[in-house]
Amino acid sequence: MLRRASMLLARRPILAARARPFSTDLPAAPSADATFTEAWTKVIPNMDPPKTPLSFMQPRPPTPSSIPSKLTVNFVLPYASELATKEFANPCYDLIPVFKHSILSLFLLIVPATTGQMGVLPGHVATIAELKPGVLSVHEGSEVTKYFVSSGFVFIHANSFADIIAVEAVPLDRLDVNLVQKGLAEFTSKLSSATTDLEKAEAQIGIDVHSALNSALTG
Amino acid sequence: MAMAALRREGRRLAPLISPRTITAVRSSPLYPTLEDEGPLGVRHISTQVVRNRMKSVKNIQKITKAMKMVAASKLRAIQTKTENSRGLWQPFTALLGDLPSADVKKNVVVTISSDKGLCGGINSTSVKISKGLHKLNSGPEKETKYVILGEKAKAQLVRDSKKDIELIITELQKNPLNYTQVSVLADEILKNVEYDALRIVFNKFQSVVSFVPTVSTVLSTEIVEREAESGGKLGDLDSYEVEGGETKGEILQNLAEFQFSCTMFNAVLENACSEQGARMSAMDSSSRNAGDMLDRLTLTYNRTRQASITTELIEIISGASALEG
Repeated sequence: MLRRASMLLARRPILAARARPFSTDLPAAPSADATFTEAWTKVIPNMDPPKTPLSFMQPRPPTPSSIPSKLTVNFVLPYASELATKEFANPCYDLIPVFKHSILSLFLLIVPATTGQMGVLPGHVATIAELKPGVLSVHEGSEVTKYFVSSGFVFIHANSFADIIAVEAVPLDRLDVNLVQKGLAEFTSKLSSATTDLEKAEAQIGIDVHSALNSALTG
Repeated sequence: MAMAALRREGRRLAPLISPRTITAVRSSPLYPTLEDEGPLGVRHISTQVVRNRMKSVKNIQKITKAMKMVAASKLRAIQTKTENSRGLWQPFTALLGDLPSADVKKNVVVTISSDKGLCGGINSTSVKISKGLHKLNSGPEKETKYVILGEKAKAQLVRDSKKDIELIITELQKNPLNYTQVSVLADEILKNVEYDALRIVFNKFQSVVSFVPTVSTVLSTEIVEREAESGGKLGDLDSYEVEGGETKGEILQNLAEFQFSCTMFNAVLENACSEQGARMSAMDSSSRNAGDMLDRLTLTYNRTRQASITTELIEIISGASALEG
């Protein structure tokens, strides 16, 4: 019991230290926060106003005037942040950034939007796009990392920040071809035997995801 | 006359010899001395009551220590999940900003609390903040409804705001928290409740001893468009091109729902972490108090025991000296 107590004591400061990074209060306090705090203190003077998410976030840089040369990517999932503020720079950059001769450290991000595969480069116009099941690939120079994304959203901001929020994303080498085929067959049979609209929609979604998986693995 | 005196003596002693347990507990707890009839009429003062009390306090101390260990291990498990989910709501705040002071007609306050008790004051704080938000957003044509997650908030809010409660959801942590479960929950809420703004009230986990009450606001598509048109924080939302879908409104609607489920997921995890942390400190102070109480009772016990030994000795010695001379 003494051992466990000392283990607990040793763990506590580590827990506290790990949790620290997010407890920094930022001086951002834009106007929305101020109006809220004022309104709160007027109506409920006895309690401190609750904090809002803005005070827990790192502020984003403002929109630059010229086309930026790097793209900062945040790729988040409910269970992990795959890429957290990872910067991708394109040093050999020109007015037309795509496909230059010296493609040594070219960066390209391809996202599976509902309108098709969309390429993202630094200086992309601000966009909000919904994702469909498909392959997301990060090209960094010569290395390519591919993930299969189930669905989500991608926000590209004017200050060259890209946020990708996906519900599920797995690296392609973790997918099993046989299971994908089985799933596809299962959902096709479900669609043919579906009666209500809801069942049909669910089966259709299953088919979409599995056929995307299939093409990701084969293509 | 002697008989009457004896009878009076008997009546005086009777309540002392009668069943001690219940009456003794009700009387002064610190000095429950009782007289025992030993052999040869020697009287011992009984330490039974103090001993019983010490046993029960010791058991309570053991139980609260065990509960603290359990809470610590649960906290470790859920803390990694929470920290991993913290990246999830940030893109939404970066895009849509955070407007807790948006003036809306239909407010819905989603209060997140725990199902089990013994976790300090975090549930009361959440309920107080929810009631504060209700007050803040009250006015002509404005209404605030509650959606309650967790038994503890339900118990507190049912008492005075019963007519404002839309949905009550309990037993959230029966299975380990995961995104699928929370998104189904979010779906239920969005389907059944009309809203212009959803305000999620929860305790954000800063560290094992500090929990910050937080409010996350999710605005409906109409309000977002209204704010975007009026400029200010969301002014540059129109500059974003919206890809895909038939209309911009459809994508924004999906976006709002996705935002709600992501913020809910993070909020539920943070609240669970805070609950375990608060329980740890509550149980820790409880074991410490039990320890203090045990020390005090031990002193009383020893005093009583020594007093009874002294009384015995005095009686024996005075009896012996009476025989001698």
